[in-house]
Amino acid sequence: MSRRFRQHPAWVPYFWAGPFLLVFAVFLAYPMLLSVKMAFHQNAGPRVAEYVGTQNFSWMMGDPLFWTAVRNTAVFAAASVFIQLPASLGLALLLNRPQLRARGFWRAIFFAPVLVGLPFVAILAGLVFEKNTGLLNVALHEFTSLEVTLPRKIGGQTLGVPFTFDIEFPWLQSYVMPTLIISAFWMYVGFNMVYFLAALQNVDKSQLEAAEIDGANAWHRFVNVTLPAIRPVASFVVLLSLIGSFQLFELPYLLLQETAGPNNQGLTLVMYLYQQGFDRGDLGYASAVGWVLAIVLFGFAIAQQVYGRLRGADL
Amino acid sequence: MNTRARLTDAFLYAALAVFAVVTLVPFAYLLFSAFKSQESFFSFALWPTDGAWWQVDWGGFTVKHFRTLFVDAGVARATANSFFLASVTAVLATLCSAMCGYALAKYRFAGRGVLLWLVLGSLAVPAALLIAPGYQVAYWLGLLDSYAGLILPAMAPAFGVYLFRQAFISSMPDEMIEAARVDGCGEVRLFFTIALPMVRPMVGAFLLITYLATWNNFISPQIILQSQEMLPLSVFVAQLRGPYGTEYGLIMAGTLVAVAPVLVLFLLLQRDFIAGLTAGAVKG
Repeated sequence: MSRRFRQHPAWVPYFWAGPFLLVFAVFLAYPMLLSVKMAFHQNAGPRVAEYVGTQNFSWMMGDPLFWTAVRNTAVFAAASVFIQLPASLGLALLLNRPQLRARGFWRAIFFAPVLVGLPFVAILAGLVFEKNTGLLNVALHEFTSLEVTLPRKIGGQTLGVPFTFDIEFPWLQSYVMPTLIISAFWMYVGFNMVYFLAALQNVDKSQLEAAEIDGANAWHRFVNVTLPAIRPVASFVVLLSLIGSFQLFELPYLLLQETAGPNNQGLTLVMYLYQQGFDRGDLGYASAVGWVLAIVLFGFAIAQQVYGRLRGADL
Repeated sequence: MNTRARLTDAFLYAALAVFAVVTLVPFAYLLFSAFKSQESFFSFALWPTDGAWWQVDWGGFTVKHFRTLFVDAGVARATANSFFLASVTAVLATLCSAMCGYALAKYRFAGRGVLLWLVLGSLAVPAALLIAPGYQVAYWLGLLDSYAGLILPAMAPAFGVYLFRQAFISSMPDEMIEAARVDGCGEVRLFFTIALPMVRPMVGAFLLITYLATWNNFISPQIILQSQEMLPLSVFVAQLRGPYGTEYGLIMAGTLVAVAPVLVLFLLLQRDFIAGLTAGAVKG
């Protein structure tokens, strides 16, 4: 080889990494370290801070509102993982049928809601779920309202008594959590479907055929061939879904007109953090809440890694 | 085709059709509500009719919500703000992370291992953890109520660095860089004219991810901005519910103004959208 190798000046890589590093240091690394310190302080706005030791954490553990937020967030996350993700997988299995025509068309339709964006989905849902004029209750009313005449014995005589049968839910008054779950389902089911659809391309078709020849029914083929092949992607999607669900904020906050809803039905952990940090102005306490949330999420990430290792999957 | 296959087919298309209708009805509701007068909003769930559903009452439609939005409420300014914030953030964040990803992929330098470790480590930091300390830092730096307070923190997405590092490693051979250097190409020109075009799909995907994430970001502008005229659409439309609380048509018209550009773009660039957004795995 007669090629003369030219080296670059030593500063070049630092020049490329410099802008990122600078912004990273000021707006990520420093705030993160700062939040450790802030978690042990009590603030009155950004100007006044007082050291309080571990009081923020002990107060949090004794605050029923905190536990309401934990419970709501956990319920929402469970619904994402156990209701929404299986539906996404089901949809992906339908779209993966070899005989399906216009696959791109269906995929585009199911994917579209995620583009609306959380704040606008929340505002839209606020109207769709409105008790009297909302689309959902109007539709339920259309399909379920029945006027029936029930026979009833009154004073020895059988008379017809008119009775109106009607299903109408005060969604935003008494069914906040179902409202949130349905809205998020609408928004994300097609988005997560795309991951599963990509993962299904890893399923070995000849293995499926072999299993069919050996007499395995559809369910057994799914559990023994398809599921193991998509497991790495599935566990990644579960983790993403948990991380997203545990940071739920905009959807309930905007759906419920910047409140936590009746009886704090829509209070989530990040909304609790927001209320403490910005409505009450205690940024220190908000940092403490942030750390509790972060530790839970680190726990999920570690669990997913451990699970991957145990399964021998490379993630 | 045997009967069983036919039945499976029928079931497949029926299931997809039902799902598609459920997915699309809220879009239709949004569209119709934005163009309906207050009276027809309360009388009809979707389109206004004279009797049967196919007898559309065209008189029930109106554009007056849009007139109110643009003339009285100042939605044009909010739209311009959103375009500005999303474009500037997308370009700067993409450039910053492409540059750093390039350094990590194609150079050997002291501190490279630490930098890579920092990037991967910060992928695990949840955004919510930075809300309170981020506000404190913005206050100290005098960035409250300024666009810099929104753009600067969004300029260094660790996730972008990771994606670009992968892209440079997998789609740009080292020999190419050496050849360019032998030909006397400077380092800066090398990056912009040779390296960056080689990862064009990732550039497109990441621009899109960041653009959409900024367009749909609510919490940062809600916390950082105070001046009414600086608000992007996300906060602006949410605030319409104050002065125009029961004018549902107007609120839907505002939502439509915010959502329509993204949806139109999606119809044009469908495949890139789906690949880009799921490559990015950015949720919410």
